[in-house]
Amino acid sequence: MAAAATAFAEDVASAANPEVDDLRLGIVGAGKFGTTVARAAIAAGYDVAISGSGPADDIALTVDVLAAGAHAATTDEVVRHADIIVLAVPTHRFRELPGDQFAGKILIDAMNYWQPVDGDDPELTAALGGTSTIVQGHFPTARVVKSLNQLGYHQLEETQRPMGEPDRIAIGAAGDDRLAVRRVMRLLDRLGFDPVDAGPLKNGSALEPDGSPIAATYSAEQLSELVSLRTARN
Amino acid sequence: MKTLEFGLDTFLPVTVDAAGLPIRGDQVIRNTVQEAIVAETVGIDSFNIGEHYRKEFMDSASHVVLAAIASRTERIRLGTAVTVLSTQDPVRLYTDFATLDAVSNGRAQLIVGRGSLTESFPLFGFDLADYEELFEEKLDLLVRLLREQPVTWSGNFRSSVTDQFVSPPIAEGHIPTWVGVGGSPQSVVRAARFGLPLMLAVIAGKPERFAPYVELYKRALQQYGQPELPIGLHSLGFVAETDDEALEIQWPYYKEQFDWAARERGWRPPTYEQFLAEVDHGSMYVGSPETVANRIAAAMQALSLSRFDLLYAVGRIPHDQRIATIELYGREVIPRVRELLAATPEADHAPAVVRS
Repeated sequence: MAAAATAFAEDVASAANPEVDDLRLGIVGAGKFGTTVARAAIAAGYDVAISGSGPADDIALTVDVLAAGAHAATTDEVVRHADIIVLAVPTHRFRELPGDQFAGKILIDAMNYWQPVDGDDPELTAALGGTSTIVQGHFPTARVVKSLNQLGYHQLEETQRPMGEPDRIAIGAAGDDRLAVRRVMRLLDRLGFDPVDAGPLKNGSALEPDGSPIAATYSAEQLSELVSLRTARN
Repeated sequence: MKTLEFGLDTFLPVTVDAAGLPIRGDQVIRNTVQEAIVAETVGIDSFNIGEHYRKEFMDSASHVVLAAIASRTERIRLGTAVTVLSTQDPVRLYTDFATLDAVSNGRAQLIVGRGSLTESFPLFGFDLADYEELFEEKLDLLVRLLREQPVTWSGNFRSSVTDQFVSPPIAEGHIPTWVGVGGSPQSVVRAARFGLPLMLAVIAGKPERFAPYVELYKRALQQYGQPELPIGLHSLGFVAETDDEALEIQWPYYKEQFDWAARERGWRPPTYEQFLAEVDHGSMYVGSPETVANRIAAAMQALSLSRFDLLYAVGRIPHDQRIATIELYGREVIPRVRELLAATPEADHAPAVVRS
């Protein structure tokens, strides 16, 4: 399915002019991953609001140093700020957020479940379609797109390349809401990666890293083929 | 003039003998005491032991091993890297290390953190989800025990204490306690809030990428009205006479270690290219004394460090080769790092004495 990459390019051409895309982004989670995404988004021209688990003041210094230009806020403020929200909280804590927290929003599930860090979670372990299907279940009114979970936080920073450059590293996006997936793909493109439509949310398991310290990286073509391979097996 | 400290770290891995067969766990512990004695003779400042509960590591009771080392040495500082504070009891931790401080005549130190493996949580009946709260609460009690007794304290995860004295008493400033962090901004800010020095654990990637965390720490210290405090780095490595020899010795054991983890957890095993990339510009300090010294000096400059601890040898490298690497680290690497750093202008200073 190398066609996936071509389809995206055509999509960009025919969709609403990317220049008038709403360049606001919300991030829930101000740990090493959340702040890294914030930094990348600021560099790509986004207006970023970011929250931690408490008041904005708790993360003000962290945001100022690690994601200068983003504004520290509460989670409610972050959700009001943008249509697209990145969920970057520790996996064993996402259920602390109320089920209607992200109603109507495009929610990028960037979380990975890793037992040594998150402890035993039978629900996540048993999820055949990947952990994002459980996240969608917890936030039923959100438009969940699994993405931004494939790379370690330092890889995200170090491997991004400007739009238009050839042979960029690819990041996949899986989701049932096709419009949401398209918007996320345009975000990925701006952040510095070749986006790959990985299909419906239940294909999300194909995007889950194996947990090794150095995540595998793929071109768009390689990732499309990998997703086909992995989903055909299921 | 910033006081620089150079230490060694170990998890007491089960090593292999000349025939490639694993030696007994109790022998590993006695070998480690020997390794620490060698460390002192070559002028290394500290010897720091981890905390795991696994078949492959013999570091489950660091204070006992450190006490054994104490009675056979005079000068080398004796510490942990790291003490998994969340699953420890702060009162017991205090008693263990205050007693170590007494038998060693004031040489005990701690780094408290989570470590990268979390087997102590289920083993001792703690929930990983409580990690943050556990750490915060226990750090609070530990710091109070270290700084000012008697202590009155209450929390959610252990019984409270009222006007409690815990023995033995320690002199002011003893048992310097550092906070080990892996890159979570919250942990960095917490260390500053408690007024504790920061130990960065970087086992992969360019050390320079932690420069923003160093800035965060310094600004947080200012925000909390704390004095400037030292910053250190813990990384992995191996030193031999030449670069080629170091790579040749270290690679098979590194590969073996990661191949096991890969099989157990379904990872892809690392390639030699990835290993070389880490050696070249990442966080594996493997090579000749000159190579390793230059890499350490570069990291210390980039991150304003006054402490560097090397986890000497990755994997089951035999005892005699561990001794050899310790000798090279002490006799050649450390003096060369000091030379390289002395030759460059100082950006800032940290106090020589660390209040616990």
